Amino acid sequence: MSALVDEQLLESPPEGDYKLPRITPHKTSEIVPWLRTPKTIWCPGCSNGTITRALIDAILGLKLDPEKVVIVAGIGCSGRIAQYLEYSTVHAAHGRALAVATGVKVADPSLNVIVAMGDGDCSAIGGNHFIHAARRNIDLTALIFNNSIYGMTGGQMSPTTHTGDKSTTSLRGNVEAAFDLSELAHAAGATYVARATAWGYRQLVDVIAGGIAHKGFAAVEAMAACPVYYGRFNLTADPAEFLKGQKKHAVPASKFEEGESRLRDQYPVGLLHHSERAEFVTSLARVRAEAQEARNG
Amino acid sequence: MAETNGGASRLEIRFSGSGGQGILLAAAIVAEAATALGKNVVQTQSYGPAARGGASKAEAIIADEEIDYPEVDTPDVSLCLSQEAYEKYARDTRSGGLLVYDSGLVEPDDSLQGRDLRGIPFTRAAAEHLKKTVVANIVAVGALVEITGMVPAEAAEAAVVSRVPERFRELNVEAFRLGRRLAAEA
Amino acid sequence: MTDMSIAPILMQGNEAVAEGAIAAGARFFAGYPITPSTEIAETLARRMPEVGGSFIQMEDEIASISAVCGASLAGLKALTATSGPGFSLMQEMIGFAEMAQIPCVIVDVMRGGPSTGLPTEPSQGDVMQARWGTHGEHSVIALVPSSVEECFTLTIEAFNLSEQYRTPVIVLSDALIGHMREAVTLPEPGSLRIAERGTPDCAPEEYDTVMSDLDNILPRPPLGSPFRVHVTGLVYNRRSGAPETGDPQVAGDLGRYLREKIYHHRDSIARVEEYEMKDAEVAIFAYGSVARSAKAVVKWARARGVPVGLVRPITLWPFPTLAVDRMAEQVRTVIVPEMNLKQMSWEVQAAVSGRTKVVDFGRVDGKLITPAQIEELVKAEFYYHDWGKS
Repeated sequence: MSALVDEQLLESPPEGDYKLPRITPHKTSEIVPWLRTPKTIWCPGCSNGTITRALIDAILGLKLDPEKVVIVAGIGCSGRIAQYLEYSTVHAAHGRALAVATGVKVADPSLNVIVAMGDGDCSAIGGNHFIHAARRNIDLTALIFNNSIYGMTGGQMSPTTHTGDKSTTSLRGNVEAAFDLSELAHAAGATYVARATAWGYRQLVDVIAGGIAHKGFAAVEAMAACPVYYGRFNLTADPAEFLKGQKKHAVPASKFEEGESRLRDQYPVGLLHHSERAEFVTSLARVRAEAQEARNG
Repeated sequence: MAETNGGASRLEIRFSGSGGQGILLAAAIVAEAATALGKNVVQTQSYGPAARGGASKAEAIIADEEIDYPEVDTPDVSLCLSQEAYEKYARDTRSGGLLVYDSGLVEPDDSLQGRDLRGIPFTRAAAEHLKKTVVANIVAVGALVEITGMVPAEAAEAAVVSRVPERFRELNVEAFRLGRRLAAEA
Repeated sequence: MTDMSIAPILMQGNEAVAEGAIAAGARFFAGYPITPSTEIAETLARRMPEVGGSFIQMEDEIASISAVCGASLAGLKALTATSGPGFSLMQEMIGFAEMAQIPCVIVDVMRGGPSTGLPTEPSQGDVMQARWGTHGEHSVIALVPSSVEECFTLTIEAFNLSEQYRTPVIVLSDALIGHMREAVTLPEPGSLRIAERGTPDCAPEEYDTVMSDLDNILPRPPLGSPFRVHVTGLVYNRRSGAPETGDPQVAGDLGRYLREKIYHHRDSIARVEEYEMKDAEVAIFAYGSVARSAKAVVKWARARGVPVGLVRPITLWPFPTLAVDRMAEQVRTVIVPEMNLKQMSWEVQAAVSGRTKVVDFGRVDGKLITPAQIEELVKAEFYYHDWGKS
């Protein structure tokens, strides 16, 4: 039987044989040297600082050579992470972070390339790059800051704004449906898919570390609180209440029933999908070796 | 060369037929042969969106002097391998020029007075002698080279060898030689 | 053709671009197929792995130029190739490369447009897109080959300029030059001048992206080096690279620097072929494939004792002001034939500033302007000449 897509894309993930790294969180004094500045543009109550710390925690926990860490970010609130981190960093154009990162990784496979994106970067303007990076299974870690809204521009709807949600461009409630970014990544061929919340900090560190350690395309969806826009328009403007909401909505993947609907108020967290298949940069190296051998031999 | 070009050192050749007949390859072989001789050579082509069918053409200019304007508007030598190409392109052939056509596929009319017309059944001959109509273009190249002497036959045969994939090399060389024989006998 | 050789070989313009890129040391290509540029991608799909480089086919042209920027930032010389519609898609990231000062080469094999237009036919409709296509104030370098040999040599030149000035450089080929095969004798590899990237010879904390000395443009240190660079499309601090959008002085200095680092050097960047210009009374200003027809006309006129010359810009941007000034002082008429409607003709008119008459001739039907068409314009300028039957 021939499939319309390659069978490697249809392969179901092996169950329970991938152990996430367990990272012990680092002290603030260990985190701070990896920040270029103590000042950010992020609002009080925003999760972006938490996710930034989780990323540093994961990098430290994996004992990566800091000189071989490259952060490529898009545009929006999350995109600013690039300028705050004390690694080689690129603050690329809106939606293009993954495509830029593809060039970086292919040009220098020794680098650990982590791509920070917002939900707009990932699934609106850069949606095409997201599905194709997943399809290629290139060894990048996409860290998606999903706050369900465009914060930088003042609270417009995004592809992860849920039906009925209010924003400055969906005043009577969003008439569109939201993407489930993790399931989108999985369907497109990502070989590592995980989700965590800003509330579940230790899990967030572990799934980021798991994504970096994984050889292949890793999508890590960090559920981020935006109390100033999304919260104020829809749930709560109180950051603490917002995070408590996350605690309630996040269901461990192991307890999430198969076929159970993933909703705004109920979604699985943890490692959602994992499989192994040919990685893009490794395959390019094989092509290179074969071509050179054919030419010289 | 002097016969078809009134003594000037610039020779313009147009190869035409339908997409899939290997018109471009025919032009490239002649151009490569002339290149090996140290001539100035330009080879161009025009084609439509379809990879198969329709009228397509490719051109080559061979000259001793620098070739500035690279297009062929009034070829000294034309090859037509399909009726559609004949109707579209043959009339451009310079007065006093040479038109070689596949006599099994092209029905010439009387609008081409003043040109030297030579009909040879390239495709039928390829089918009969080589059991492969796909090399009719190479048969035609052999005939053109034999009739015009635009490039030495050895140089053209070497270009056939270099331009076709190895597993089809023998067949194409045979086709080239068949074309030369047909032209010599015609 | 895979081997450089001093014997003449028959080579296609697009192949020559690809081989020029390899010879220049490019080891990364990302692209998306589009007629009439596709042979560049096809050639490099074969050649890049052979020389230890990478070819990747991206999901679109936006991704292609983005990946090229990424590869260049990681230390490789990188290029992409496209045609008009794809070139339009790339414009946003060309702006990013201008702002972030990323050396890279973009080859636009021009075809008839706008939109899908005449996808297999040549045009020169993108010369202003090359200049002003991306947003915001910026400088640009664009080179225009008019032969297969120049497809090779100018691609190398494009890489050299991009490394030297830390900027994207555009090669404006067209469907005619790109698809044309020509007998060429390529220069021996050892005879080529190749600008290498190098690394800045200063401590990381002393690295300055905006040198006040315009003759000393530091190379970009690669990502993953002790420099731990921050690269951004925002206005940035010249030393730290950190965004600095609140200080008009910083923004103004960077904006002027990005322009001046090219314009300050425009006379050494600009390359022009002047043919039979010594005593010319009328000049033909033509570039790319049209310059070939123009040169034929100059020969035709000179054979009849008529003083016509050719000014052929090889560097279209920055505009070759010096050569145009010389021309404006010397001739009474400049004929500007081009496969668009007045795009460079306006630029020539602005540059000659009333000192001489400018006659334009445009063609947008996908066909090369013929010598006969230019001859008619020359005849009108020499109406007193006895042209006989010719």
